[in-house]
Amino acid sequence: MSLITSAIGQGLMWGILGVGLFLTFRVLNFPDMTVEGTFPFGAAVAVTAITHGMSPLLATLLAFVAGMLAGLATGLLYTKGKIPILLAGILVMTALYSINLRVMGKANVSLLNENTLFKAKFLTRLPQYFDGVVVGFLFVAVTLIILTYFLQTELGQAFIATGDNVTMARSLGIKTDGMTIMGLMVSNGFIGISGALMAQSNGYADVSMGIGVIVIGLASIIIGEVAFGELTLNQRLVAVILGSILYRFVLLIVLQLGFNTDDLKLISAIVLALALMLPTFQKRFHTQKIIRNGVARHE
Amino acid sequence: MSEPILQLKDIVVTVDTGNEERQILKQLNLTINSGDFVTVLGTNGAGKTTLFNTIAGNLQPAGGQVILRGRNISRDNEEKRAQHLSRVFQDPKMGTAPRMTVAENLLLAQQRGQRRTLKLRQLRQNREHFHDMAAEIGNGLEEHLDTPTGNLSGGQRQALSLLMATMTTPDILLLDEHTAALDPKTSEQLMHYTQRRITQSNQTCLMITHHLEDALAYGNRLIVIDDGRIEADFNAAEKQKLSREQLYEFFDETLS
Repeated sequence: MSLITSAIGQGLMWGILGVGLFLTFRVLNFPDMTVEGTFPFGAAVAVTAITHGMSPLLATLLAFVAGMLAGLATGLLYTKGKIPILLAGILVMTALYSINLRVMGKANVSLLNENTLFKAKFLTRLPQYFDGVVVGFLFVAVTLIILTYFLQTELGQAFIATGDNVTMARSLGIKTDGMTIMGLMVSNGFIGISGALMAQSNGYADVSMGIGVIVIGLASIIIGEVAFGELTLNQRLVAVILGSILYRFVLLIVLQLGFNTDDLKLISAIVLALALMLPTFQKRFHTQKIIRNGVARHE
Repeated sequence: MSEPILQLKDIVVTVDTGNEERQILKQLNLTINSGDFVTVLGTNGAGKTTLFNTIAGNLQPAGGQVILRGRNISRDNEEKRAQHLSRVFQDPKMGTAPRMTVAENLLLAQQRGQRRTLKLRQLRQNREHFHDMAAEIGNGLEEHLDTPTGNLSGGQRQALSLLMATMTTPDILLLDEHTAALDPKTSEQLMHYTQRRITQSNQTCLMITHHLEDALAYGNRLIVIDDGRIEADFNAAEKQKLSREQLYEFFDETLS
């Protein structure tokens, strides 16, 4: 039971990363590699701020600002520098590795004996692992409220239009470069928060904690889509969070099968690859038809 | 009514083809008056679309000036010009955002060229208004206000694009063969709607077409572009006397 509780808490916190990535991967329609630098950047900034005596909540919000700056860098390289988005993201991600080391002063900083969000009084009275669920849920709720509101505003609609049809958006006078930069900033802001939460949950920040996180974010998005199908935009944001939790369950099952945590990245990649290939499989092997025949009455 | 609204002065556009620079527009001069509905004819590669791109700001000319209502807009980019200019493309996919609904697209177009803020988009308040405008087209679009435009037919999408382009009555409307990708019947319906829309609001408009019949039937002025220049410019009276054969001959001559 405690394993499941823990998985839900983790899923919620990772879900914020998924939602952030959704803004670029699904709304703007491009893969943003900055994520792999932003996630540890958010963690590094929050942890360093906490060890310097800042309140955990402020430190977590500071991680949002840090993430936005990383997004700004990628956005400028992409729109003004005309560097392909994949490369722009990789450049910023690489640069952030050094910056993260600078911020933390070393490769790994522990939060042992430091105050974190998870040490708030009301959380310590809860059963084990419920603190993660509560903190994760609160942050997910605030994230979704902010994003669903934003996407319904004039600016949010212009942002969606930019990702949907850039030619049309520009012809309507929408400043598409600005929208792209804004999207990258907001996206990476939330990813920074996700990093800050994970670091506080784990009790440390590590300079290599960003490796493979883009796969985790994409897996949340794809699993949510495969599991829930056609949805409105707001529902899709919720589906990403649920996808993230489902993904944690998959990992839980895999670990129960006897794999160890060293295998997790390999398994993450395989899970995502399978989820991505699912539509192809459905076409090639007519799985949908087979399933339908399987549940139909014999005639 | 005949004050000049748009002036192109000595427009030169060149492209780099790798080993040499080729001129697409060669010192092109054109004055469009308010209320003009100009049909634009020309062979492939004559420079029609380049002319539109220059007016809309997608393309910076190497020389010359673009003057709108007496103001030199040569340095303004496309996004800035969008406030005064709108355009319907040939490809139905280009004019609308496919994953957004018809109503959402109309809302975006209603704010053409305006600053977009963190105010709520006010979809519900505009619904009735959008419904009435869509109903005017007469192709059932008003029944699909909540349908993503990607699920509409090409004809419906182009009609929507035209509605979006004209709903704010811009200074100039650019139609770039906007019926060419449609079947003949849908194409004709859209041309009728275009005509109604333009005459209703006395919209100044340039329309590129490959149909000689359409070029003769619609509009009150006809220009022929050839080899980067305005080859011929017929006013309303001259245009009425023109026959399809005469135009056809004209094409033969310019081609040979």
